[in-house]
Amino acid sequence: MPAHAMSAAAKAPLLELRNVFQAYGRSSGEKGPVVLDDISLRLDDGEIVGLLGRSGCGKSSLLRIVSGLARPSGGDVLYRGEKVDGPVDGVAMVFQSFALFPWLSVLANVELGLRAKGAREADARRRALQAIDIIGLDGFENAFPKEISGGMRQRVGFARALVVAPNILLMDEPFSALDVLTAETLRTDLLDLWVEGRMPIKSILMVTHNIEEAVLMCDRIVVLSSNPGRIAAEIRVTLAHPRNRLDPEFRQLVDQIYALMTRRAEPAKAREGTFPGLGLGMALPMVSTNTLAGMIEEVAAPPYDGKADLPALADSLQLEIDELFPVAETLQLLRFAELAEGDIKLTTAGKRFAEMDVDQRKKLFGDHLLAYVPLAQRIRRVLDERPSHYAPATRFREELEDYMSEDYAEMTLKSVTTWGRYGEIFAYDEGAQTFSLENPQ
Amino acid sequence: MLNSFVALTSLGRRTLPNLWDIIALCLVLGVFALAAFGWRGMAMPLEAPETAQLSLDYSALPYYGLRTTLRMFAAIAFSLLFTLVYATLAAKSRRAEMILVPLLDVLQSVPVLGFLSFTVTFFLGLFPGSTLGAEGAAIFAIFTSQAWNMAFSFHQSLRTVPRDLDEVAASFGLTAWQKFWQLEAPFAMPGLIWNMMMSMSGGWFFVVASEAITVGDVNVRLPGVGSYLALAIESKRIDCVVAAVVAVALIILAYDQLLFRPIVAFSGKFRVELSASQDEAESWVRDLFVRTRWLRVAAAWPAALLRRASLWKMALPFPAPRLPQSRRASVVFDVVWFAAIGAVFFYSLYLVFEFVRSAVSLDEFRHALLLTAYTMIRVIVLIALATLIWVPIGVWIGLRPRVAEKIQPLAQFLAAFPANVLFPIAVVGILTFRLDPDIWLSLLIIFGTQWYILFNVIAGASAFPNDLREVSANFRIRGFTWWKNVILPAIFPYYVTGALTASGGSWNASIVAEYVKWGNDTIEAQGIGAYIAAATAAGDYPKIVLGVSMMSVVVILFNRLFWRQLFGFVERRLRLS
Repeated sequence: MPAHAMSAAAKAPLLELRNVFQAYGRSSGEKGPVVLDDISLRLDDGEIVGLLGRSGCGKSSLLRIVSGLARPSGGDVLYRGEKVDGPVDGVAMVFQSFALFPWLSVLANVELGLRAKGAREADARRRALQAIDIIGLDGFENAFPKEISGGMRQRVGFARALVVAPNILLMDEPFSALDVLTAETLRTDLLDLWVEGRMPIKSILMVTHNIEEAVLMCDRIVVLSSNPGRIAAEIRVTLAHPRNRLDPEFRQLVDQIYALMTRRAEPAKAREGTFPGLGLGMALPMVSTNTLAGMIEEVAAPPYDGKADLPALADSLQLEIDELFPVAETLQLLRFAELAEGDIKLTTAGKRFAEMDVDQRKKLFGDHLLAYVPLAQRIRRVLDERPSHYAPATRFREELEDYMSEDYAEMTLKSVTTWGRYGEIFAYDEGAQTFSLENPQ
Repeated sequence: MLNSFVALTSLGRRTLPNLWDIIALCLVLGVFALAAFGWRGMAMPLEAPETAQLSLDYSALPYYGLRTTLRMFAAIAFSLLFTLVYATLAAKSRRAEMILVPLLDVLQSVPVLGFLSFTVTFFLGLFPGSTLGAEGAAIFAIFTSQAWNMAFSFHQSLRTVPRDLDEVAASFGLTAWQKFWQLEAPFAMPGLIWNMMMSMSGGWFFVVASEAITVGDVNVRLPGVGSYLALAIESKRIDCVVAAVVAVALIILAYDQLLFRPIVAFSGKFRVELSASQDEAESWVRDLFVRTRWLRVAAAWPAALLRRASLWKMALPFPAPRLPQSRRASVVFDVVWFAAIGAVFFYSLYLVFEFVRSAVSLDEFRHALLLTAYTMIRVIVLIALATLIWVPIGVWIGLRPRVAEKIQPLAQFLAAFPANVLFPIAVVGILTFRLDPDIWLSLLIIFGTQWYILFNVIAGASAFPNDLREVSANFRIRGFTWWKNVILPAIFPYYVTGALTASGGSWNASIVAEYVKWGNDTIEAQGIGAYIAAATAAGDYPKIVLGVSMMSVVVILFNRLFWRQLFGFVERRLRLS
């Protein structure tokens, strides 16, 4: 670990977030739905901190606030005791999509940050070559990003961040765009460099949705809840590096975090300005009905026989929690399954569903959709009430946008349309963007 | 770029220039010499522009071709400058965008040829006593045919810079200047270059039309292929017309091979994509330069210099505002801004109204409206006709990659070829066989623009996914069903692009095509194009304004109500992605 950590910076933490609050801006100026709520966090020298959460919990927004790329609607970000109000020199970021400039060679990509700051050409080149050497990219200096593999591209991303000698390295799901093997190699290489103190950085803040990755790499894991993003728990990981995934202690930690993340949310507080209990403001994930049916079948069949341990299920289905949780939770929402303590358990309806034929499944699905998804209920009721049995989609979209961002409203409407079509409770015409009761027979 | 580094180290081994160096050097020096030679003629003091001596000698053609080409390059340079400034302004400022983008949309639809009369008078007044005035007018006319779509493309690119790259630029603290040259301009490059090519193609039409202009008693003749052609028409020399056709064809071929192929091949580097694409554009000129040794070293110096300039920290003297300014100040500013826009709008509306009303009677107005309807019918019928002919042919070609490979460049070449050079030949035909100008002149309108339909349909059919072809073969889908359900929906997005370009070009072409001369004979078709052309020849300004405004309004309505809707439909339903 860097040795010079104890001097001036000892007084103020490297990075501190105080009551950070973020809401979507509306063009009209009023505050929209809340993304991040009251986040307080500190980052000290010599630690790797992971922000763990699912898509939609605002973890990437939080990272952008930390890096100065975005500005919170409330609260403060302090870097070494000073307020952050724009990109800071001592903070560099690694992107999920690599974000390399395709028209620049590997070397030029790495040099860019230095050259932009006015570093002399020879100086920039020397430092860039050094970073390229550390990160294991020698021989690729002249290659262009499109010529090299994903793993090599992300190495360029690391070299580019390291070359400006930042104190804090921010990583936005840096391994999630890579295949399993490549991701593992990169993780190990990065951890080796970190443990050996060969990187000129003091601390790492990383965002991830991969529980094992977090336990493997981090000294501290901050679990964020979704909608809005709040800090749900903070877990210290004291296992020594290199960590072993098969270590019982490691497994226990993973199980513990799974349990934490599937814990039933406390009964939703009625938010101001909405109709309590109507539940229209629930954002629905984009999950296909085939996936839902497949999951029910998988859990119903041996070896699970109706009850499965989520980490094991994730392993056997090769799903990340970002893919697994939405499916499990949709099943819970539709009362086909229950989630508790990191387990998924089929309900009676769920077990019946597994044994039905296609038409019966559709009927049952439709019934549950109407009974438990308020938005589906609402669309159906509007269609029933109108003499024409037609309703434009914009009407519901606008209603949803009172509760959530435009993107989420769009996704929610899309999900309910797919589910409604499958359950045959209403029809949708894409060209005219209208819901109707007419199903072409 | 890194090239400089590599080239310098490899220079140590063998420093003798290779054969490629010599060939490339000749090319470069030749271009410089030609430019210098042509420029001397441009800046020559002008005793009397009307009497500039032109020769119908074939041997004069190369020089005229050179002058014409120089005009084209001057115009494209101005268009590029305009694009960089205008589109950047529109993309960076919300308030500017509100005005600049719709304005661009209108400018794009206006038949620029109609304004030739105004610009000529303006530029002649700007540089009295020098050919520069007339040159300026011609260059401006070409500019107006080139700049808008380039600006549109650049603006579009600036608005769609990938967000992650934008964040990288921000997190490294790139200044606006650095970001523009490191990120935004390179990202916009492929689109901009493609549009520059399209613009250049369109420009040949205008350069031919704008070199020899008669506005009332002002008679402008600039040395160039266009005026050579005009003189040939006056003297009824069909052999000279043919010579001009050949000259233009050669020029277009040369500029395509020497300039655009290399640039397009080069611009492939700037495409944001994850894997190296299969069909890299190729160019022998670029390959030649890549193989040279000395030239690359020589080019390294300016390249390094440019690179340094692009990284120059040209920050604003004050920090750019990060927080949006206070809401109230912004609202007040908005109100003032809108009020200003409104005032200018109403004042110009009033001016146009007054100008037309003072000089044009209601009958005249009705007459112009009727003529516009005629031209519109002509454009619609001809586009339909071209569609019927070229869509099946395009599909046939596009589905055969071997054939498409050979035909596609030809179709693009024909689209670039200025059809107005061929008009005299058609006119001679009409005169000889005593054909009805209302019908036969119409064909000239579509003559140059039909190729856009052809090459877009070919592109669409070539891009038709192989698995869909196999499916339709597997299910034995044939005949009418195949056309209706398989191939037409697949090529439709491409067809719409081509037809829109063809339609826009046809309106413009009507100004030249509905009113043609051969010696002292004038053939005229009933239509707004002929109306504008005749008014221009007579120097009747109110009529020109009326005609051009009428045509502009109709074209804009036509675009909004028809093409725009069609595009929306295509985007929603037919995009294969």
